[in-house]
Amino acid sequence: MNTSTSNKPRMSRNSKLTLCAAVLGLALLFVFDGMFDRFTMQIFKLCAINIILALSLNLINGFTGLFSLGHAGFMAVGAYTCAILTMSPEQKEVNYVLQPIAPWLSSVYLPFLPSLLIAGLLAGFIGWLLGVISLRLRDDYLAIATLGFSEIIRVILTNASTVTNGALGLKGLPRFTTMWWAWGSAVVITLFLVLLIKSSYGRAFKSIRDNEIAAESMGVDVFGMKVLSFTISSFLAGIAGGLLAHYLTTIDPKQFIFLKTFDILLIVVLGGVGSITGSVVAAIVVTIAMEALRFLDGPLNLGFMMTNGVPGLRMVFFSALLMVVVIYRQQGLMGKSEFSWDALSSIGLLPRRGARCEKGGKQ
Amino acid sequence: MDFQTFLQQFVNALSLGSLYALIAIGYTMVYGILRLINFAHGDIFMVGGYLAFYGASAFLMPWWMAVIVAIALTTVFGVGLERVAYRPLRDSPRISIMISAIGASFLIENLAIVLFDARPKAFPVPEFFARNLVWGGVHIASVSLVIPVVTAIILAFLLWMVHRTRIGMAMRAVSTDIEASRLMAIDVNRIVSITFAIGSALAAIGGILWALKYPRLEPLMGIMPGLKCFIAAVIGGIGSIAGAVLGGLLLGIIELMTVAFLPELTGYKDAFAFVLLIVVLLVKPTGLLGKNQGEKV
Repeated sequence: MNTSTSNKPRMSRNSKLTLCAAVLGLALLFVFDGMFDRFTMQIFKLCAINIILALSLNLINGFTGLFSLGHAGFMAVGAYTCAILTMSPEQKEVNYVLQPIAPWLSSVYLPFLPSLLIAGLLAGFIGWLLGVISLRLRDDYLAIATLGFSEIIRVILTNASTVTNGALGLKGLPRFTTMWWAWGSAVVITLFLVLLIKSSYGRAFKSIRDNEIAAESMGVDVFGMKVLSFTISSFLAGIAGGLLAHYLTTIDPKQFIFLKTFDILLIVVLGGVGSITGSVVAAIVVTIAMEALRFLDGPLNLGFMMTNGVPGLRMVFFSALLMVVVIYRQQGLMGKSEFSWDALSSIGLLPRRGARCEKGGKQ
Repeated sequence: MDFQTFLQQFVNALSLGSLYALIAIGYTMVYGILRLINFAHGDIFMVGGYLAFYGASAFLMPWWMAVIVAIALTTVFGVGLERVAYRPLRDSPRISIMISAIGASFLIENLAIVLFDARPKAFPVPEFFARNLVWGGVHIASVSLVIPVVTAIILAFLLWMVHRTRIGMAMRAVSTDIEASRLMAIDVNRIVSITFAIGSALAAIGGILWALKYPRLEPLMGIMPGLKCFIAAVIGGIGSIAGAVLGGLLLGIIELMTVAFLPELTGYKDAFAFVLLIVVLLVKPTGLLGKNQGEKV
């Protein structure tokens, strides 16, 4: 209290640093947007989408301690909703070849932002519905039930041809997910989750994770909080799905098999189950590594021999990495801890608190 | 639908259900002892099928020998998997073990894509299993008769083993309380290994029978049967061997009969199991034959 009042006219060191970092980040985005070629930009955008996905899965798995494997389903709902709403009537006619689109959908045509929000809301609503049904289950039963839901959603998407165009999927979606959309959403969602976790809701989530019975006896509405966390998580997954649809510009139900959930789970586990920083860092690292390690699938020169291309070797690497992390370093990269400027000072990367803040902030 | 079609569908359902039952037993035994969904079980099933394929087509073994070798190797594989992926996490939170199981399943699938090639392979079906029998207008592939017989024999053997032998008694003790059974001088690790050996052998038998029934091998072929059989185990009451068989049969019958009666639902076939699972979990979470376990604080 005292220290903050004595510095009142000046901003605290940490807010200054945060401001510096934000300006730096914005400047970097500008530079990247002009500098990178299209391929690099695509990966850069995918990083942002994966951040949202990892954070939303981490909210339910890491912070609320509910093991849900249904993420691919919510993404699919978001992706399809957003795609159908933003397609122009002509495009719909081109896409729905086998069976015409349902009449009530054929003339719906919305801009990107409302479509994205509706996509999120619909995914959130379905998440709420499934949460109310299934959150009475726990641990592995919940995992298998949510996995089941995501598969049911996929089967419905494959079969409801008049709405989703069935197994053919939707093609030629407008490329709305620019870098500003992708990173803008990622930043907003990250900030939202940081605030959520710090709020009383966040503390309630964590108390459920740490000990459900104790939380209940302290007056936490356990079931309500679980449903809330599940709903927010599916809302965010829906948003990410919508962004993904307009990033890929082609979607079909096969993209959303539950193996997709495993990819996100990989990021969450590597980053640390229960750490926002961990998820953000791991999402960026894993997305870039997935591209950087593409050479593993092609012909390899091992020095003493040449292998022909072995497609799939890359995924072997990642799944082996997941196993190694779970067995030898369960806390992942960050455990449950978060990034803070003070932590940086304590490992000597920044001057100690109280010392004068140098310009530039970041190392 | 006339009676003959019904009978035909029923025979098909019985054989599919017995196959589900066979794989579900593996899930239920592992779950009963370790409280662990062995996500990799479906992949062990796939490995069994592939090993039999390579035995028969690459090493030119007679089919019975290929089958025996494949079962033996898959058993070793399953026990090894438990040693590497599950044993180090025995005392960790359940979520960690489950992530490890998912990771193991992921790893085996990707390794299979690299080693076995992602393109589907045709499984060589021996003459004996491919024969088509016609009884009163009902067509039965002989493998469809073999499957229920194999399942019945294995069920009888397991029930005998679990209820009448020392190892079975130890298994039941471990599944009731690991700590207490350790105090009673039961070698828990040995019992877990034996359970995994039995489970993996059953998965291998299931995989081979599956390949005989649907002669097409793919690295990801274990995922759907694996999930469905886990569901069968839950429906029957996880931890109960008879329950697994009941659940498997029920699932097979419901799946095929629904499609037979309501052909317009064919596209939704893969979702039936999940819907059934959710209904059972909500109405009777312990399954049809499961015992109710109180929650421990």
